[in-house]
Amino acid sequence: MLSKISKEALLGPLSRNNPVLVQILGICSCLAVTAKLEPAIVMGISVTAITAFSNLIISLIRNTIPNNIRIIVQLVVVAALVIIVDQILKAYNYEMSKALSVFIGLIITNCILMGRLEAFALSNKPWPSFLDGVGNGLGYAIILIVVAFFRELLGSGTLFGWHVIPQSFYDMGYSNNGLMILPPMALVTVGCIIWWHRSRNKDLQEP
Amino acid sequence: MEDLNLFIKSIFIDNMIFAYFLGMCSFLAVSKNVKTAFGLGIAVTFMLVVTLPINYLLDNYLLQPGAMKWLGEEFASVDLSFLALIMFIAVIASITQLVEMAVEKFSPSLYASLGIFLPLIAVNCAILGCALFMQQRDFGSAWTATVYGAGSGIGWTLAIVGLAAIREKLAYSNIPKPLRGVGITFILTGLMGIAFMSFLGIKL
Repeated sequence: MLSKISKEALLGPLSRNNPVLVQILGICSCLAVTAKLEPAIVMGISVTAITAFSNLIISLIRNTIPNNIRIIVQLVVVAALVIIVDQILKAYNYEMSKALSVFIGLIITNCILMGRLEAFALSNKPWPSFLDGVGNGLGYAIILIVVAFFRELLGSGTLFGWHVIPQSFYDMGYSNNGLMILPPMALVTVGCIIWWHRSRNKDLQEP
Repeated sequence: MEDLNLFIKSIFIDNMIFAYFLGMCSFLAVSKNVKTAFGLGIAVTFMLVVTLPINYLLDNYLLQPGAMKWLGEEFASVDLSFLALIMFIAVIASITQLVEMAVEKFSPSLYASLGIFLPLIAVNCAILGCALFMQQRDFGSAWTATVYGAGSGIGWTLAIVGLAAIREKLAYSNIPKPLRGVGITFILTGLMGIAFMSFLGIKL
């Protein structure tokens, strides 16, 4: 069903070519929304939808965009998609939209989008571009979810707001690590994930 | 006095990098040596000082609900706030383009040293982020917005120069192989963030 190039475009970004761990794109929002699992998942889905459709649209019109104004064209396409997502969230899940505050808006300047548009969508056919967008969005979402999982579990002892650490642990003297909720620990968590990822994939290590 | 407080607060307590993670991508990519880091910091500060008041005026006289009252009563019910994102990014992108052309014409030497970073700034989230925070906080005047922009920009510069200085020294240390490069930079930034958290308790 999928040709080789489409398969690579879809599956590559999940691990070998992960946007966060390997290409170091889209860090800003990745760190700020990961104190809890739920906003992280919503953010991951939003970014996946936006990367997929902006890649598709840019790839469809790639031959008609003049080269020297392409950045502005890309920004307008992305901004329009982000506004749609923002309005949908406000309409159907106002609480979540409040919790994510400015970070939905900041998807516009998420480097994953610009990076993929420049590197892939401008020189490829619509279908592989769409798959590339989905792949990169999912690769980003996976990292968000992993980071949020550890931060919520260690920071507040909950997952999706449910208490998972039994009361007997607290009685024995275990307590939540409040530091995990704070922003700096998100960076350290991602640093550790990169460490693990690169020790598995030796060819990605820097000299 | 109020403005001075806001200025200091936006440099240290609400630092763009350590409190909100904005502008992270260029922060990690361009912090290999102090000189270029400083150049990028100056460019970001400049863009914030220029774009924030413009975005403030746009927001207050065009986009907010009821903001178009000055055009006459029939416009009082117009609410264009859903256009804010696209307006802000358009202002930022076009000013970046303008600044780039102006710098190229009047100071070729500065252009040569900043050249690569200027276009990058259009997609630096610190700048759009500042505009969105400004919108959320409802500042009293365009001047306050400018002060906020200057403070955030200087805070950003401080952070990137600090990290670049540490990374220059880091070249001499023996780091585990998989952690080299990006990994250790993340952890370093986290540690710097913890250091900056000590400002949190200060009430201004």
